[in-house]
Amino acid sequence: MNHTIWTKPFYYVFAFLIASVSIYPILLMILSSFKTSAEIFTNPLAFPKTFNLDTYRNLLEIIPFTTYFMNSVFVSVVSVLLILITSSLAAFYIARFTFVWNNIIFFFFLMGMMLPIKLGIVPLFILMKDLNLLNSLWSLIFMYVATGIPLSILILTGFFRTMPRELEEAARIDGAGNLRILWNVVLPLMRPALGTVMIIQFIQSWNDFFFPLIFITDDMKKTIPVGMLSLFGEYSADWGALFAGLTLASLPMIVLFFIASKQFMEGLTQGAIK
Amino acid sequence: MKPAMNSVVKIKKQRDWKRWTIHLFPIPALIIYGLFIVYPLFAALTYSFFDWKGIVRGEFVGLKNFRDLFTLEPFSGLFWNAFGHNILYFVLQMIFQNGLAFILAYIIYKKVKGSEFLKIAYFLPRLLSVIVVGFLWKLILNPNYGALNVILEKLGLEQLQKAWLGDPDTALISIILVNCWYGIGFGVLIFLAGLQSIPKELFEAGKLDGADGFSMIRKIVLPLMVPSFMIMTVLTFIQSFEAFELVYAMQGSQGEPYHSTDTLAVYFYRLAFGGSAGGSTTAVGLGSALAVVLFLFISFFTALYLRYMQKKQVDM
Repeated sequence: MNHTIWTKPFYYVFAFLIASVSIYPILLMILSSFKTSAEIFTNPLAFPKTFNLDTYRNLLEIIPFTTYFMNSVFVSVVSVLLILITSSLAAFYIARFTFVWNNIIFFFFLMGMMLPIKLGIVPLFILMKDLNLLNSLWSLIFMYVATGIPLSILILTGFFRTMPRELEEAARIDGAGNLRILWNVVLPLMRPALGTVMIIQFIQSWNDFFFPLIFITDDMKKTIPVGMLSLFGEYSADWGALFAGLTLASLPMIVLFFIASKQFMEGLTQGAIK
Repeated sequence: MKPAMNSVVKIKKQRDWKRWTIHLFPIPALIIYGLFIVYPLFAALTYSFFDWKGIVRGEFVGLKNFRDLFTLEPFSGLFWNAFGHNILYFVLQMIFQNGLAFILAYIIYKKVKGSEFLKIAYFLPRLLSVIVVGFLWKLILNPNYGALNVILEKLGLEQLQKAWLGDPDTALISIILVNCWYGIGFGVLIFLAGLQSIPKELFEAGKLDGADGFSMIRKIVLPLMVPSFMIMTVLTFIQSFEAFELVYAMQGSQGEPYHSTDTLAVYFYRLAFGGSAGGSTTAVGLGSALAVVLFLFISFFTALYLRYMQKKQVDM
């Protein structure tokens, strides 16, 4: 009758086996980045003999990684900021004021969650061309803000609705305008929701490579993911440099994750459940 | 009395003016979202009714692009080929990603030691960019120097060694399994959230009724997990039918070898951009027709999902 006697050990073995399948490739990537190509080819599984940084030096010589990195930082930070601003303004409007059309607006935004925007990429390409935004980081920023808005509005509207109105009304009687109420009263109470939105959108914009693949051809305007694409196209024999590139591309997210792993995991799931 | 009345009127006037500014609040979001999401999708729809020379619009041809897509070779063959791959993508992800994710979530829920570590371990791949995932596994699956074949050799399983991505029989399955590797942690978290929302009393009651491990899962856990299964199914469905990045990273825009890894989105990219952005052999009309078909297909299922979520929000 009692299952625990044999199920518990089985659970452990199974769960940790899958965990090692999850981690091992990442570990392999990091360890291999310290090896020369020759070392990788002769003994791909062994620990690196020495932790030399030559591959990283090589990598930085063959691609302008610092430029890619700064481009990624700029695009992600500006996108997330703009998403937070535009979405909280819109969500505040939708959640707090009952006009005929704010439900219509809400569903208009929600529609965006069911529209696969990749399928509009040809008109988008032409639009960006007409707006003179091809090969500009702003083409990416606009895309990430536009694609981020529906989910962010959904999450923020949900939070706004759960918050008591009394504080706002008190501020309104004191003569505060809408913007001041939002900025001084509401947003400080919204930190958890804003944090969730921030993390979801930051991961999305940092890791995306579809839009830069189409909009960016100028090497100096590339973000890290498309930078990797050209690295693999041109230096596919230098495995040490390839692994170093993959490691460098992933490091910022991994570091941020270990600083705030709970928020990362909760943020992403909340994005799906909300 | 009078001065007080005056100040009330003044405050009211001021409030009216300040209240009016609220209507400006949704405008920035509406503009960006309208211009970069809504407009291009509707434009893509109209594009499908025209003949195209490169990215220059030609004459109105009605449904010709759709007819060609479904009946004219090689387009229709490639369409159904890719469509089948998308279906396989969905089915295998449901089994290997979501099935495993549920089992793992259940184990974590049962409070094994190290459950925090397990959660983090499963979730780690999700932090990588899809392009990094694709390239990393391309290196691991490399037939000559890749780690997987080396590991198989060390385990004495040489007969299993393969050119995983070069063989049409294993290439697509390899990509889908890599996608499962990437997505499993996310599934674990969703299922875990579902499990944790089951009231503990139900388990107690089940125990009193003599339910053991297996029938407890069948009779109590599974029915209450329907919402989580629903979420994961729809998300997996959308993701499977949009599958592009990983295939592109691992097998390029031709879905090599011999279109054996082609998906609808990869095929669409090829039709729209001719293999590389700005390339010459584009078929924008056909690509737009394909986009419309995919769009309708995905939207239908996503609408079901949103309807369901909306109902749930009302219930809460």
